[in-house]
Amino acid sequence: MHEQEIYAALTEVFRDVFDDDDITISAATTAEDIPGWDSQAHVNLVVAAETRFGIRFRTAELEALHNVGDFVQLIGTKRKGT
Amino acid sequence: MEQLAWLPVHDDLGAALSAARRIADPGERLARAMHLAGFRRDFTATGRLDRLAEEGLAAPPAHLGLVPLRLAILASHTVDHLVPGIRVAGLHRGLALAVHVAPYGSYRQSLLGEDPALAAFAPQLILLALDAQDSPIDLPLDSPESAVEEAVAARIGELRHLWRRAKERFNAQVVQQLLVPASPPLFGSYEAMVPAAPHSLLARLNAGLRAAAREDGVLLLDLATQMAGQGPADGLADPVRWHQAKQLVSPVMAPLHGDLVARIAGAVLGRARKCLVLDLDNTLWGGVIGDDGIEGIKLGQGNPTGEAFLAMQRYAAQLGRRGIILAVCSKNDAAVAEAAFVNHPDMALKRSDIAAFLANWSDKAGNLRQIAKQLNIGLDALVFVDDNPAERDIIRRELPDVAVPELPEDVALYPTWLGAAGYFETAGFTADDATRGRSYAANAERQAMLEQATDLEGYLRSLEMVLTARPIGSAELARATQLVNKTNQFNLTTRRYTEAEMQALAEAPDSLALALRLTDRFGDNGLISVVLARPDAALRPDEWLIDTWLMSCRVLGRKVEEATLQVLLDHAQHQGITALIGEYRPTARNGMVAEHYPRLGFTPMAPLPDRPDGTLVWRIETRGSRPFAHPIALDTLCTNRRSTRH
Repeated sequence: MHEQEIYAALTEVFRDVFDDDDITISAATTAEDIPGWDSQAHVNLVVAAETRFGIRFRTAELEALHNVGDFVQLIGTKRKGT
Repeated sequence: MEQLAWLPVHDDLGAALSAARRIADPGERLARAMHLAGFRRDFTATGRLDRLAEEGLAAPPAHLGLVPLRLAILASHTVDHLVPGIRVAGLHRGLALAVHVAPYGSYRQSLLGEDPALAAFAPQLILLALDAQDSPIDLPLDSPESAVEEAVAARIGELRHLWRRAKERFNAQVVQQLLVPASPPLFGSYEAMVPAAPHSLLARLNAGLRAAAREDGVLLLDLATQMAGQGPADGLADPVRWHQAKQLVSPVMAPLHGDLVARIAGAVLGRARKCLVLDLDNTLWGGVIGDDGIEGIKLGQGNPTGEAFLAMQRYAAQLGRRGIILAVCSKNDAAVAEAAFVNHPDMALKRSDIAAFLANWSDKAGNLRQIAKQLNIGLDALVFVDDNPAERDIIRRELPDVAVPELPEDVALYPTWLGAAGYFETAGFTADDATRGRSYAANAERQAMLEQATDLEGYLRSLEMVLTARPIGSAELARATQLVNKTNQFNLTTRRYTEAEMQALAEAPDSLALALRLTDRFGDNGLISVVLARPDAALRPDEWLIDTWLMSCRVLGRKVEEATLQVLLDHAQHQGITALIGEYRPTARNGMVAEHYPRLGFTPMAPLPDRPDGTLVWRIETRGSRPFAHPIALDTLCTNRRSTRH
């Protein structure tokens, strides 16, 4: 899966979780940039991304998810070769 | 199986949600959310549905027919992520659920101390969602059985105290969540032999909770059993989410969790389904009876397919014995279809188990309407099981009120899917439930006799009816509450009460709460009517408001109303009441009783203050008002507390 594809699919995840079809994301996007991205929404994001990409984040990895770039990189690693 | 597998799959739920979000009117968005809640959905889509409904739920338009209920969740773990799933599953069941989540881990404080937010919310249903990590029993592993028993009893005692407080303070129905194992067994299969081992302790606690709940009128939420085998392999609890956010129930499972909670809320409000309507060919037996004949269909032992169909029949028959009405709706020649019931040696279902049998060549939507009419129940009481996806699709479009489960290809899995769908969740099981099937069959006999009778009065007299009226006591409470919550048609005010609220009404010294049974020569019809009468601030002290008057439609047309009014007037007069005030509050379903009071000789009066629009009010004097004749013998001992003091 190319980074571009991951961004496209992750954008859909963000739009679904925050119910906002106008959301755009970049590597630097953090919780500060998206209204409603609180701790509960963060878990929702993690669960939606896991479902969408068919992966599981490890407990230790969860602590390192600070911005969209972290998500994309980790998803890319886990989806390597697909 | 996938969670919510019995719900049909939408072509593009995401796009439908995005489109629905652009609807300007909140009520219309809510209506759209109710529709979309009936499709299979994951955690994220369920969250979107909840937001779609949110604004409309604050003031739902009356035409949507949503029944409001206030649910408070008192939890020892995080539950906020579960609330959307509960609300959305509520919408699917016609419930407008307001959900209040008490601060995390403060359930004792909320019930024993002061919780102004909870008090202001005034919950009708309180879900006590506790987990095994909360107040764990910490005993050495080699503790003797007696020490374990003692510790378990102490914990159960504490919870019962909380249940009592919830009832006393809020008049709320309590739902206790059974404990879910938090860690793997220590001893493997040997675990149960060690009383103080974690899984042993949990099993004992859960057994104790079940017994105490039955005694105290508390309902149970059994997540482990109900969720087993559904959803992803990780199942109900995900340790990652527990460590991350103290979520006992994985968000992935929130849609099913919400459905389980909403089922109980629905059962408390009488919104559960009442009747299982079955197709025949390839649903109850393999093959087509009209083509293959009795010898050709696959049913019974000796062949795997035949065994699978037999198991399906047995499950349906068991549901029948539980009080679910059974009906048949099939495209078939009636004589051929009925002959299979009579002549096939392996049928687990008998013709006498089927309360309405419609086998013909007309469309099934029409037949389902006919079944509802014949049984005097609403379309929203029906579950229609058909192996044919095209028929299922037609019924879903033509009759959206009928529940039509998706089914797997293999009939061997039909009972599992049907059971998992939870259409028949209940808040009680009474002797009347166990005999309901027989009662509906007896009704068919009465109907046959009526068709032969030349005059109605002669027929009614020949039934030799006896109406027994008793104040609602502990023996009648469960069934009376069930009737109050599920009677829609013959119901003057459609007030719904939880068991705790009913008990409070029954125990009020200046009120009357009557449970009425009807027996006749064909047997006992069970508890068929409930009447609640009480003083009201809008009335004089020597007047009673008929708060609730409802009756099972099974005994319609038998002058039970006249006999009931006589009982009611006698009781009221005996307690010094001079007049009864009756209200009719119209709903979409209770048009049949619009003329109830004038027909019984009540006279119209001016509306009372603070009543819903359209409420009509009537009055009758207790003295001398017995202008009606009826052929029913009365067994009424005037045994209420007040009269014994006179």
